[in-house]
Amino acid sequence: MSIFLNKDSKVIVQGITGGEGTKHTALMLKAGTQVVGGVNARKAGTTVVHGAVELPVYGTVKEAVAETGADVSIVFVPPAFTKDAVVEAIEASVPLVVVITEGVPVQDSAEFWALAQSKVDADGKQVTRIIGPNCPGIITPGEALVGITPNNITGKGPIGLVSKSGTLTYQMMYELRDLGFSSAIGIGGDPVIGTTHIDALAAFEADPETKAIVMIGEIGGDAEERAAEYIKAHVTKPVVGYVAGFTAPEGKTMGHAGAIVSGSAGTAQAKKEALEAAGVKVGKTPSETASLLREVYAAL
Amino acid sequence: MDLFEYQARDMFEAHGVPVLAGIVAHTPEEAKAAAEKIGGVTVVKAQVKVGGRGKAGGVKVAKTADEAFEHASAILGMDIKGHTVNTVMIAQGADIAEEFYFSVLLDRANRNYLAMCSVEGGMEIEELAVERPEALARVAVDPAVGIDAAKADEIVATAGFPAEIAPKVAAAILKLWDVFKKEDATLVEVNPLVRTGAGDIVALDGKVSIDENADFRNPHHAELEDAASADPLEAKAKAAGLNYVKLDGEVGVIGNGAGLVMSTLDVVAYAGENHGGVKPANFLDIGGGASAEVMANGLDVILNDPQVKSVFVNVFGGITACDAVAKGIVGALAELGSAANKPLVVRLDGNNVEEGRRILNDANHPLVTLAATMDEGADKAAELAHAAK
Repeated sequence: MSIFLNKDSKVIVQGITGGEGTKHTALMLKAGTQVVGGVNARKAGTTVVHGAVELPVYGTVKEAVAETGADVSIVFVPPAFTKDAVVEAIEASVPLVVVITEGVPVQDSAEFWALAQSKVDADGKQVTRIIGPNCPGIITPGEALVGITPNNITGKGPIGLVSKSGTLTYQMMYELRDLGFSSAIGIGGDPVIGTTHIDALAAFEADPETKAIVMIGEIGGDAEERAAEYIKAHVTKPVVGYVAGFTAPEGKTMGHAGAIVSGSAGTAQAKKEALEAAGVKVGKTPSETASLLREVYAAL
Repeated sequence: MDLFEYQARDMFEAHGVPVLAGIVAHTPEEAKAAAEKIGGVTVVKAQVKVGGRGKAGGVKVAKTADEAFEHASAILGMDIKGHTVNTVMIAQGADIAEEFYFSVLLDRANRNYLAMCSVEGGMEIEELAVERPEALARVAVDPAVGIDAAKADEIVATAGFPAEIAPKVAAAILKLWDVFKKEDATLVEVNPLVRTGAGDIVALDGKVSIDENADFRNPHHAELEDAASADPLEAKAKAAGLNYVKLDGEVGVIGNGAGLVMSTLDVVAYAGENHGGVKPANFLDIGGGASAEVMANGLDVILNDPQVKSVFVNVFGGITACDAVAKGIVGALAELGSAANKPLVVRLDGNNVEEGRRILNDANHPLVTLAATMDEGADKAAELAHAAK
């Protein structure tokens, strides 16, 4: 088991013919992902070749889904075109859309999120889950990769990981490479994102393969504080946490557009305290966090 | 990016928001000329991106152009909470009958926009929100729809504006929404929004934050940049396309990925507690492609910071291969020559790490030390910085 993604997931790549799309399509195939095609309106009807695999390029997401049965789309198009690409995927009712693109205007993210929220099925459940933007995507080791996370850090295992940051995701997977992961999801550090810490925590709680969870946050916003409340009320599996940005000064953007501290809210200290109050052990460093995870896992 | 008040005023005017005349001045002479041009009573207002300038003496009413000259002389060069006043705005004096409040901003938690409005202006909105929350109307705005006429009416009605001025306030709110939407703002705030004695609604002071991710469709935003007060090293880094923030410490930090670099700063600060309290000197994210050129540019910026005593390069090779990073470091040191004069501690892990470490070992550069882990690297870099202090 895993969350959101498994070996049966069929993936199309929006921007499959671009530089990033080409590079990462090859890496996703290598990781075992069932990439079934791509989208580029200007190159519809052509194919792209990766080794022994020849993938069709479609003019629209709707067509790609109809032809391939894809249930996942990954978006590699540049920021200026990201909103339209995501809107197209939502309108084609793709169940999971992973947006890798960095530098998407926040109003564009707010608009496609509003659209995603408005599209619900007969049971009132949102049709399209969005991960990102500005994220490394999701990996279910040994099964599939939809994103840019290196496939060779570690394999399958009992740990679930949710993180705002890409390289900290890699670092934590590396620290715990002897244990392995059910799924590792990078949700992105932008002010408006699709899947949140809480969504991932709920999914890991429901996933029988996941035995313990690592949650990585960083300064800005109050997502970690809200996740802490959620953990207290709903998560029975052990959770350890890490928060980056204790030394970040107020009012400065640290790379992630969301990582800015304004006023007293959003500081690393406030997040750490909220998590600890919810019974989450919080490490001072990535390596200490990994040690804490080992302790709680050994005690299971 | 936060804008100065005068930039917000100009943006308001461009989108049809009612404002009073305002002219920027950098010298008392310019201030006097501006006051003469506007005529009558004017207000000399310090242009700083920080609140509380009124209490700090940065806002003064001038009855004559000579008074404007005197006030500008006093205000220019003033320090307000660490911000030096380089610019004043000479604003037309207002005949204020009533003060109100309006803002629209990105609401991260709810992933939509929030409009806030009150018929009680003229006080700190944070105080009003705490002391009399019922007096501050909060209306959610759907990003897919925005503020249309019906939403503007809802905001005005929720705030409790009397019928005789409600239409004028709603009209101003629609124009302010244009500013928010068309300028890719994350915040547009007017405090106070006033009713003049003549019954007009006017935005008397404005605060605007714009989203730099949207600069590609707002080329005119480039000129809003405050080059004058930017840190010279930050300006240099920006020109080289680097994501750099200057901090007040001794250990230079280079890493890949915003989260890992933030984490590195923390780990360096903890390590510094055991080494004379040294701290990280900067945030520098070289991103995915750590070419020799990017590494050279990064090292060049950091080594030009006189406060820096040692440098910690912390890279986890994801897609970036460690051998490319190692080549980047070796190439950068060769390129910088004698300008590279501070010890470097390098920690590499991940993609192709063995080859990366081999390249650095073979180069055997006297300034470079390899560290096995992030914690060990931070400790070594802090120790070296402390020893050189």
